[in-house]
Amino acid sequence: MHVLCCGGTGCHASASAQIIENFKQILAEKGLQDEVQVVQTGCFGFCEKGPIVKIMPDNTFYTQVKPEDVEKIVNEHIIKGRKVTDLLYMDPENQEHVSDSKHMGFYRKQLRIALRNCGFVNPENIDECIARGGYEGLGKCLTEMTPQQVIDEVTKSGLRGRGGAGFPTGVKWGLCAKNKCDEMYVICNADEGDPGAFMDRSIMEGDPHSIVEAMAICGYAIGATHGLVYIRAEYPLAIHRLQVAIAQAREYGLLGNDIMGTGFNFDIELRYGAGAFVCGEETALIHSMEGKRGEPTFKPPFPAVAGYMMKPSNVNNVETFANVPIIITKGADWFQTIGSEKSKGTKVFALAGQINNVGLIEVPMGTTLRDIIYEIGGGIKGGRQFKAVQTGGPSGGCLTTKHLDTQIDYDSLVAAGSMMGSGGMVVMDETSCMVAIAKFYLEFTCEESCGKCSPCRIGNKRMLEILDKITDGRGTMEDLQELRNLAAVIKDAALCGLGQTSPNPVLSTLDNFWDEYVEHVVDKKCRAGVCKKLMRYEIDKDKCIGCGKCAKNCPAEAISKTNYIAEGHKLPSMEIDPTKCIKCGACISGCKFNAISVK
Amino acid sequence: MATIKLSESKINFIKDVCKSFGNKGGEVINVLHKVQGEFGYLPKEVQEVVALELNIPVSRVYGIVSFYSFFTMTPKGEYPISVCLGTACYVRGAEKVLDELKRQLGIEVGEVTPDGKFSLTVLRCVGACGLAPVIEVGDKVYGRMTPDRVKEVLAEYK
Repeated sequence: MHVLCCGGTGCHASASAQIIENFKQILAEKGLQDEVQVVQTGCFGFCEKGPIVKIMPDNTFYTQVKPEDVEKIVNEHIIKGRKVTDLLYMDPENQEHVSDSKHMGFYRKQLRIALRNCGFVNPENIDECIARGGYEGLGKCLTEMTPQQVIDEVTKSGLRGRGGAGFPTGVKWGLCAKNKCDEMYVICNADEGDPGAFMDRSIMEGDPHSIVEAMAICGYAIGATHGLVYIRAEYPLAIHRLQVAIAQAREYGLLGNDIMGTGFNFDIELRYGAGAFVCGEETALIHSMEGKRGEPTFKPPFPAVAGYMMKPSNVNNVETFANVPIIITKGADWFQTIGSEKSKGTKVFALAGQINNVGLIEVPMGTTLRDIIYEIGGGIKGGRQFKAVQTGGPSGGCLTTKHLDTQIDYDSLVAAGSMMGSGGMVVMDETSCMVAIAKFYLEFTCEESCGKCSPCRIGNKRMLEILDKITDGRGTMEDLQELRNLAAVIKDAALCGLGQTSPNPVLSTLDNFWDEYVEHVVDKKCRAGVCKKLMRYEIDKDKCIGCGKCAKNCPAEAISKTNYIAEGHKLPSMEIDPTKCIKCGACISGCKFNAISVK
Repeated sequence: MATIKLSESKINFIKDVCKSFGNKGGEVINVLHKVQGEFGYLPKEVQEVVALELNIPVSRVYGIVSFYSFFTMTPKGEYPISVCLGTACYVRGAEKVLDELKRQLGIEVGEVTPDGKFSLTVLRCVGACGLAPVIEVGDKVYGRMTPDRVKEVLAEYK
């Protein structure tokens, strides 16, 4: 029997380590430590209901487990074989308990390829990975295939880069392999900088061996013997697990010299990023690894010709690599059957925002947004209205209700004014202001712009100033046109992918939420109540009992007594001076009589 | 900025780190990671020693420290507080939590309280979007934050 306990970041933050400790201790007390194994796995994906504990082999899926629930699970489930019903997932539609994850709405439409081992294996144990088919692909490549056959197989599978741009992976490998020389590099881009995205992190934390294996396969295919992983220093758990995986692979002769006795040499080193979004761009990433500022350079030359240390290098993203071993073992023909016409396979998304089931999901390309949001995501939080979904992070755009039936793949998202991006998917309801969202992304871009080229450095700054004006209630209709003009120049003239795509959040919200911009400019109104300068706090003088708590809470001394005493009240009501009010909301949270409202 | 006199042992620590990376200029980022891990921040005096040891201009070291957001030139408080402003946290109201923290601590982002107890920074996505909005105090993650809960969280450290 196995107890699988999620060790992903979300569950870890809600005491999953304590849960594992408790399991070990209580099982030991009952003398069951040899019968039942406790395994800390990678992310199960269903972060909303974390921490998650799964009992195998009967596949029982416990949600929102607390450390104190462990004793009950051991006594009831493990010893007596009775499921602890109140910890099972409850189907929100029919209020029935579901014990097998296969039957949950969240998992039903998912297909896990890149995440195939996440939540099933102990990522720090190579034997468990091997038992689930790990390193089989590498073995097949080294013993049965020539490097060219490996490249052909990956090309045939139709796998495209999962970092966002969607360049065919096999073609990229082929270009690099042509520049054969004695020093070549395989680079894994694990600098996941998109705010609100944690796909790569979950793969590295949940199944690091798939990355190690895929990099070795790539090395064999292009003729490289060095592998480098460029990973964010902010991901300590992922770094630790990769280090463990690399050390174990070396010990088993799956990395190092003469791998599997075939004469092939390959080893992997880690390089740490230091928090710069632009380093996700491959030339910037390479400069950062060389110990320089992470500024992009003009392509060509492409990294395939002159990359790390000016040697031919192949850069792929984590999720792209995670797909490679299974393509080799199951074949390109199998992979081709999954997905849409031009985008094969699956895509992992970090589903977040105002949605019931926040988590990490993997769906076949071509799944509709509606299926993702309503079936897998379980709909909008609090039964509110869906407003928009943002894909592609700071380079992408906002899609709206009219796009709900769009089949998601690289090309359809671009056609809809957004992009696939690395896989962040943030759902918004009517409490989000689309102008403020555009501003949020632009602030991010301005902070992260490396400053090398002026369209990005200055252009985005100008756009941000205009958005500031609009959200402060000082905008004009000419400003909206100026936003479009600036966006067009930046798109055309910026040096790298970050700059060229940076106006997308503004452009897509202008296209899809024009009314909201006009409201901010003409009516000086923010319908979501987000833009502070456009809000007015008011006290209903007939509801106010004059207790004065709001005035005490107010940090700006903007609230004072009036002369008006409402009927049935003893004290005069209070009022807010709008010129002094800083709109912090401290008065509202203190008022027990619901007398204060925001207009 | 006040000048700091580095103690002999600290200078030796930096020298040892540089040596462990072969005193190569290309390893400067890895060196800075190690040094900041020990000292908590990278004042200019530290950067000067690193530059000298790796035989590169101080301007290049400073260029790197100021480029990457992970590196900082100001010391952190005893309990560094980071507010996640990733998109998921943002749409679930992280900004209101940040405003409340600023108000209660009386400091802006990037500053330290006068008693050196708390410092306030923002970061983008800790990967716990299921718990949004999220703040971190040291290594501890607090999920599903609201402005009302700020007081009780701070009280744990007072």
